[in-house]
This record gives sequence, structure tokens and C-alpha cells, in this order.
Amino acid sequence: MNLYNIIFYLFAAITLVSAFFVVTTRNVIYSAFNLLLTFFGVAGIYVLLGADFLAVVQIIVYVGGILILLLFGVMLTNKIVNVQIRTGATQILPATIAVGAFSGILISLLVNTEWKKVGTALPGASTTANLGMLMMNEYILIFELLGILLLVALIGAATIARK
Amino acid sequence: MTIPIEYYLILSGFMFLTGVVGVLTRRNAIVVFMSIELMLNSADLTFVAFSSYLGNSIGQVFVFFVMTVAAAEAAVGLAIIIAVFRNKKTVNIDEINILKW
Repeated sequence: MNLYNIIFYLFAAITLVSAFFVVTTRNVIYSAFNLLLTFFGVAGIYVLLGADFLAVVQIIVYVGGILILLLFGVMLTNKIVNVQIRTGATQILPATIAVGAFSGILISLLVNTEWKKVGTALPGASTTANLGMLMMNEYILIFELLGILLLVALIGAATIARK
Repeated sequence: MTIPIEYYLILSGFMFLTGVVGVLTRRNAIVVFMSIELMLNSADLTFVAFSSYLGNSIGQVFVFFVMTVAAAEAAVGLAIIIAVFRNKKTVNIDEINILKW
């Protein structure tokens, strides 16, 4: 049991436990704060996998952008003072059946597939330069299209949310 | 470094299942939204794990694309939720049925 394993299990535990609380907590605000912990755990696992730049982008985009947006959504749509912010669950039995079947498929896939064992988890070299080259050469079209998508989403969101 | 790739896949599989449970069982539209973000994040984790274990950066490029689409989806989705709340005074997805006929 070396340090690498301990860090992996720590971040995996943080991610899974807080993801569980996101779904099960009845208070929406607590769900949002547990989602913050989940994003941090996933960022830590990215660092462990050698994707350091991606971990920083994960924190900036998800925690700094999407989570703040979700919190604004909670504040704008729920009445904090009364109990309306607590919401329950519904349709437990069909959901259990669907998720059980789906997890069976996933586990059987995982067990029956022969995963390719190549190299180690840490490439060691700088990932940022490599990513920039790939994005500006091979995937330049998708990159530009994503810019247009973000512009469309910006205009659409402003139009829909306006009175 | 001694961790096999299956562990990362199991982790992201459980994250995805948690997100599915949230989408199927919760009534608040914003919590459903958070569960969708969980599912997107678990897909990202799978991409990064494979890219790392294959020694290839293309998986990380795709994670960037997924993050961009997730940001756009969050902005538009929350705008829709706020617009619906303004008209119906609720974000309970059992009571929002204006697209039904």
C-alpha cells in the first residue's frame, strides 16, 4: 500500500460519498455543496491520472462556473424561508429496477472485457503543449464549432431568462 | 501506479449510476440537473482514464469538448427552469406538464 494507492482511495471515497449525498439529501443547498466536493474529488483523480491541466480546467469551469450557476438557480427558484426547498423522491421501485438492470450490464461488461494494459498511469511529459497542438491542428473544426455553440447558448439563455 | 484501469472504470460507473438514480427519482428540476452533471463528469473520468492508460492525449481533448457542452447545457437549462418557475411558480417536475397534450 503505497502513497499513490492511498491518495486514489481517498479521492475515490470523497467522490462517491459526496455524489451519494448529492442525490439523497433532501435540502437542495446541501446537494449543491456536496456537488462541490464531488468536483474536487474528480479533479484530484485527474491529477493522479497525469491530466494536471484538465484538473485545473475542471475546477475553473465546474466549480467556478456551473456550480455558481446552479446555486443561482436554487436561490432564484426556491423559497428559502419555508420548507419548500426540501423536496422528496418519487418512483423508487421503477428506478430501482432500471438501475439494477443497468448496473448488471455495466458489471458484466467490466468483468468480461479484456482491458488493454499499456504503460503506466503517469505519462510524465507536459500535457498542456500536447493538448494545444491537438486542439489547434487535428480538432480545429470542432474547436471553432464549440465557440459558435457557446455563443448560441449565451444568446439563447439571455433571451429565455429575460422577462 | 499499481492501480489497474478497472478501478477507475468502477469508480466512474458508480458515479454514473448515482446520477441515473438522481435523474429517475428526484422531483426538483435543479437536483435532476446536478445529477446530469454527475453523469457527464463520470464520462469525463472514463475518457481521462483511458487516455492516461493508452498514453494518448486525444481523450483529454474530448473531455474539453464535453465540458464546453456541459457549460452551454447548464446555462440554457437553468434559463429554462427560471422561465418555467416565473410562469408556474414551481420547479417540481411532476407539476410541469405544459409540453403534454
